[in-house]
Amino acid sequence: MAAFGSLSEKLAHVFSKLKNKGKLSDLEVKQAMREIRIALLEADVNFDVVKKFINTVSEKASGEEILAGLNPTQQVIKIVNEELIALMGGASSKIEIAPKPPTIILMCGLQGSGKTTMCGKLGLMLKKQGKKPLLVACDIYRPAAIKQLQVVGSNAGVPVFEMGQIDPQKIVKEALKEAEKNQNDIVIIDTAGRLQIDEKLMDEIAGLKKAFNPNEILLVVDSMTGQDAVNVAKKFNEVMDVTGVVLTKLDGDTRGGAALSIKAVTGKPIKFCGVGEKLADIEVFYPDRMASRILGMGDVLTIIEKAQNAISEKEALEMQKKFKENRFTLDDYLVSFDKIKSMGDMNQLLQMVPGLSQKVKGDVQVDEKQLDKTKAIILSMTKQERDNPDIISSSRKKRIAAGSGTQVQDINSLLKQYSQMKEMMKRMQNMGKFGFRGGRFPF
Amino acid sequence: MGFFSKIKEAFSKKIYEVFTAKELNDEFFEELEYVLISSDLGAEATSQIIENFKEECYNHKIKKPEDAKELLKQIMVDSIDYEIQEYTYPLILLVAGVNGVGKTTAIGKLARYFKNQGKSVVLAAADTFRAAASEQLQVWADRSDVRLIKHEEGSDAAAVVFDALSSAKAKGTDVILIDTAGRLQNKKNLMNELSKINKVVEKECPDADYRTYIVLDATTGQNAVSQVEAFDEVIDMDGIILNKLDGTAKGGVVFAISAEREMPVIFCGVGEGVDDLIPFNAKDFVDGLFE
Repeated sequence: MAAFGSLSEKLAHVFSKLKNKGKLSDLEVKQAMREIRIALLEADVNFDVVKKFINTVSEKASGEEILAGLNPTQQVIKIVNEELIALMGGASSKIEIAPKPPTIILMCGLQGSGKTTMCGKLGLMLKKQGKKPLLVACDIYRPAAIKQLQVVGSNAGVPVFEMGQIDPQKIVKEALKEAEKNQNDIVIIDTAGRLQIDEKLMDEIAGLKKAFNPNEILLVVDSMTGQDAVNVAKKFNEVMDVTGVVLTKLDGDTRGGAALSIKAVTGKPIKFCGVGEKLADIEVFYPDRMASRILGMGDVLTIIEKAQNAISEKEALEMQKKFKENRFTLDDYLVSFDKIKSMGDMNQLLQMVPGLSQKVKGDVQVDEKQLDKTKAIILSMTKQERDNPDIISSSRKKRIAAGSGTQVQDINSLLKQYSQMKEMMKRMQNMGKFGFRGGRFPF
Repeated sequence: MGFFSKIKEAFSKKIYEVFTAKELNDEFFEELEYVLISSDLGAEATSQIIENFKEECYNHKIKKPEDAKELLKQIMVDSIDYEIQEYTYPLILLVAGVNGVGKTTAIGKLARYFKNQGKSVVLAAADTFRAAASEQLQVWADRSDVRLIKHEEGSDAAAVVFDALSSAKAKGTDVILIDTAGRLQNKKNLMNELSKINKVVEKECPDADYRTYIVLDATTGQNAVSQVEAFDEVIDMDGIILNKLDGTAKGGVVFAISAEREMPVIFCGVGEGVDDLIPFNAKDFVDGLFE
């Protein structure tokens, strides 16, 4: 965190030096490249990958194809962005569905990379898409791994098949029968974590591939993995010919170097990523969005998408109208809270906001409990009070506090927030008149 | 020594090649940089070590790589070698770290480690978050035949710790090992929970020898530096348990950590067996990288 700052901060720092310059000298390009190189290495991007990356970017940066409307600085940023996207694999990929069910998904990876949790997340995601997944417990080594999958499965509302600690070949064979019987169209196999140099265990999982010919073999990789990520990915890919990679724990303050390296060395796409502790915290991996995140341009697309899922256009227009006419009541405040909450983890959203430094993001932690408290307070008000908060006297405050199980100070701070928000809305309305100056990079 | 020779395979093959060069020229140092960074030492620690090394070579008028090897070893050992205070009993060890680094496994092995020294041990299953975490710990408790204090999944972790401490006090147990839930270092609420557990220990057992260890996965890259920093800020960590050194990862990030702050490695996990946890020795560690 403070020690290094994120990759995006480092690059932003590099680019802030370049900013507003009309022309770049060779020396400046070189200097920027050196800082990008260190930033990438500190982000755990593989050494060889960094070398190639820097070469490609410097070549293109000192080339002559300057685009109209961009200054050389923006040009460098554009190239770095494009190359980052290319490095992580162009477009996003989906799960390959078998023409004849069931589709078999085999999960593999090192110990502690997050396979079991990811099985539950995938199961829940596919279930939401109308599939009928079955989870199969083949981690026969780690104590209580089967139990963990069962708990994860029951939380996701997805059935789990297990036969205790016996030969995984037998388990999968029986699981497929079970899937046929119950018409499960997707079978997700959780396997034990293994070191890629453990021949016995690698033989075991290669045997599963040979016997059941899975449609998807997903390598689960901890996004905090260091330089060794490429060795792990290389070896697993050699033995298993994986179809894709799943990155886990991307919600940490990891700089995600593994994501950059793996595609480069295996040629296999990163399909999904785990972004939180809840089972719903799984996302399709979009290389372009990841690149913007790394470059500090924020993951605006994801925010917009989440907002679109949560708020209909009609609701948005209605809300806007209320802002304009200054009719925004505490009832609306309540509704907007719920909308924002349904967009997902607030702190995670905060991470995606462009232009906020890690420092700010670390300090501004949104306490979801606080949101619940606010909700309780508003719900304890009468309709009249919600429409016109000015009438809330101190005796009313006492009543509201008692009703919501809070203190009078809490009511005061909520009312203050509300009036601040209204004030902010007013100011934003005024700003809106001038419109945004489009077409500029946000740094 | 057995395991240290294992990690050399991936690492030392190249470090060996580097030292077979004829002279200490730019090419040599570039190669060395490559090897060190590939071992997760990070750009910062790598350049520090190389700068030191260059200076020492100059001071000792060393021209040939083969003569310089011991010098580099010494520099590397010095940068991660710390004096560690002996344990006194009753001893309380709290183990924390991010998800999936092997905390529960480390606790299981620690239980055996102290049991082997004739100590009585109780485990506190304060990972009340992850599904089946206490069941996993129960298996380890059974393997070493030690007591386990646990509550239901989702219950208050600090309460589990409180119960374990009370039980240990009542029975005069020597060693209390506290397993905690994995938490990414940027999750404020979970970090607050950790600080709450910490307070319970400090309040209930102010006179006990209390140590807090952060478990790191040797495969982790530079993010480990940020992990140590964040946990250290919340509960003042005393040391590192470096896990999964039996893989191909080299755990070089401990050099990066030491470049930032004093943080000794105490134990290393070198396999899945119950005895596969050994006290860390800086000289052996570095020797293993070179031999």
